[in-house]
Amino acid sequence: MKPINIVESIIVPLNRKNVDTDQIISKEFLKRIERTGFGKYLFYHWRHRPDGSRNEDFVLNQPQFENAKVLVAHENFGCGSSREHAPWAIMDYGFQVVIAPSFADIFHNNCFKNGILPIRLTVEEVEELLAKGEQSTYEVKVNLEEQTVAGQDGATYSFEIDPYYKQMLLNGWDEISLTFQYEGHIQNYEKQHA
Amino acid sequence: MAKTIIEKIWDQHIVYEEEGKPDLLYIDLHLIHEVTSPQAFEGLRLAGRKVRRPDLCFATMDHNVPTKNLPVIQDPIAKKQITTLEKNCEEFGIQLAHMEHPDQGIVHIIGPELGLTQPGKTIVCGDSHTSTHGAFGAIAFGIGTSEVEHVLSTQTLWQSKPKTMEIKISGQLGYGVTAKDVILAIIAKFGIDVGTGHIVEYTGEAIRNMTMEERMTICNMSIEAGAKAGLISPDETTINYLRGKRFAPEGAEFDKAAQRWLDLATDAGATYDTVLEIDANEIEPFVTWGTNPSMGTGISKHVPRAEDYASDSDKEALKKALAYMDLEEGAPMTSIAVQHVFIGSCTNARLSDLRSAAKLVEGRKVHPSVTAIVVPGSRTVKQQAEAEGLDRIFIEAGFEWRESGCSMCLAMNDDVVPAGERCASTSNRNFEGRQGAGSRTHLMSPAMAAAAAIEGKFVDVRTLQPAHA
Repeated sequence: MKPINIVESIIVPLNRKNVDTDQIISKEFLKRIERTGFGKYLFYHWRHRPDGSRNEDFVLNQPQFENAKVLVAHENFGCGSSREHAPWAIMDYGFQVVIAPSFADIFHNNCFKNGILPIRLTVEEVEELLAKGEQSTYEVKVNLEEQTVAGQDGATYSFEIDPYYKQMLLNGWDEISLTFQYEGHIQNYEKQHA
Repeated sequence: MAKTIIEKIWDQHIVYEEEGKPDLLYIDLHLIHEVTSPQAFEGLRLAGRKVRRPDLCFATMDHNVPTKNLPVIQDPIAKKQITTLEKNCEEFGIQLAHMEHPDQGIVHIIGPELGLTQPGKTIVCGDSHTSTHGAFGAIAFGIGTSEVEHVLSTQTLWQSKPKTMEIKISGQLGYGVTAKDVILAIIAKFGIDVGTGHIVEYTGEAIRNMTMEERMTICNMSIEAGAKAGLISPDETTINYLRGKRFAPEGAEFDKAAQRWLDLATDAGATYDTVLEIDANEIEPFVTWGTNPSMGTGISKHVPRAEDYASDSDKEALKKALAYMDLEEGAPMTSIAVQHVFIGSCTNARLSDLRSAAKLVEGRKVHPSVTAIVVPGSRTVKQQAEAEGLDRIFIEAGFEWRESGCSMCLAMNDDVVPAGERCASTSNRNFEGRQGAGSRTHLMSPAMAAAAAIEGKFVDVRTLQPAHA
């Protein structure tokens, strides 16, 4: 997993609540057996009209948001299915950070396994960011070490993150290798419960 | 100290704990299906790792499988996913109920059916509806593919201890009100993310009176309220269900296990971080009108209006949902016509679900403007239903009687609702495009879906008597 610390980018304002994983990556794209290549299917049915043409109205299709690395959305982002194809699509598209007032548990967990930083800010802070991002392009510098999001206008937002997951992201650790260090404990548990 | 069942099971499974870290939890049962596992097995191969406990894994094929013209899969990518699972199970020594195996079925239906699902276990699967297994008093939750790989190689997971929540359903259910109506009413009342960060225990008289199949319907949709898992303390109903199941203990061993299982029940006086309560008497047959499972209401009610909501973001969400669903504010629920009916899914495709739908369908005909399918949850359910003649009832009424699988719940196979058309569905999610791009899903119970198939529109099942009373 690639370590992550500082991300500088404009934000993409996705002003929606309860963005579910079916929207992030629709089921017709779950049949692949690889982890890569899902980016072009991200939000497919919002980025495209029913006839398959590009929906220029959708925020991700607007030219000023090309190459953005920070996605900002409303409450309960990533609800629904456990499909890790959702963070794979987000990452493959180029996003490294998702900011929202709250995340669904499984999606939140899946982000940490893939080097995506999910940041919880308050509803008010997220609404402020969404408004700034919708008005004109708004650039931020995300600093995981310092747990801050600093905006181009001098506004700074700080966030909380579980220290274990913070270290995992900063170091790009492979969790399975870490767990192998606890092999003795696992063996003991198995002996006691045989 | 008095403990909840949630704390008891959690504490029994801690392999390692340390301040500032999540707990390392042991996993007793790992269920596997074709969609969320290939990348995990590939990860093992690339790192030269093996499956630590193949004996604690069980695999089946459900998401992609066709429900007619078996065993031909037209879609080459889906076919590759199916053959990949076969190869992976063979290479790593994992038991597999393949497409034509008599045990095949939706992963959350066959686990309980085979007795793999037992009280006190930690159960995971790369599927969010793993919460279903909580009906037995197990901690069962969905995980992503990286965690699937982690469990395959270590049989453990790092998990932060969730908060505990009690949802008490007091009183008794009225005539015609089912477990599906209860869970839809809970999600509508408390919200789609009320359970975030929690494991929910469902309690109360209405729960105690439910069969195991009804309890599974309740726990299945815990994730639709955002909960990590949902469970119910074991009781005699649980024990009676498990006795004689293939993977359950036998003889004296079963009696010993049964005592251990009953002891898991939440102690009197134990407290929860959050307590919610709903009165069973206020619940009527329920139908969703919007694009997430919390957007639902009683069949006697109407589609909400913007003025029913306080916040601008809720008004905006209503507007977006109704535009997608092509519904008017204030429209009576009974005015909504459907073109499709789907009876199936891990929520409602067990034998009792099919029986309750068949009871209404018997002696009637599917409305000429409706295409209706029944997809049993497993091959075993299908066989049992056929033994009772339920298939004949459905077929004579004009339903299609299919092979088992996830089918139209998420439309990964050929069972797709066309764009712009409306489906009365016994499944668990009504997200945009869930049953096919542009499709419109309304969630409800099997009896309500059966009634909609007959009438061509939503109808209060309580007003419809069985044709052969």
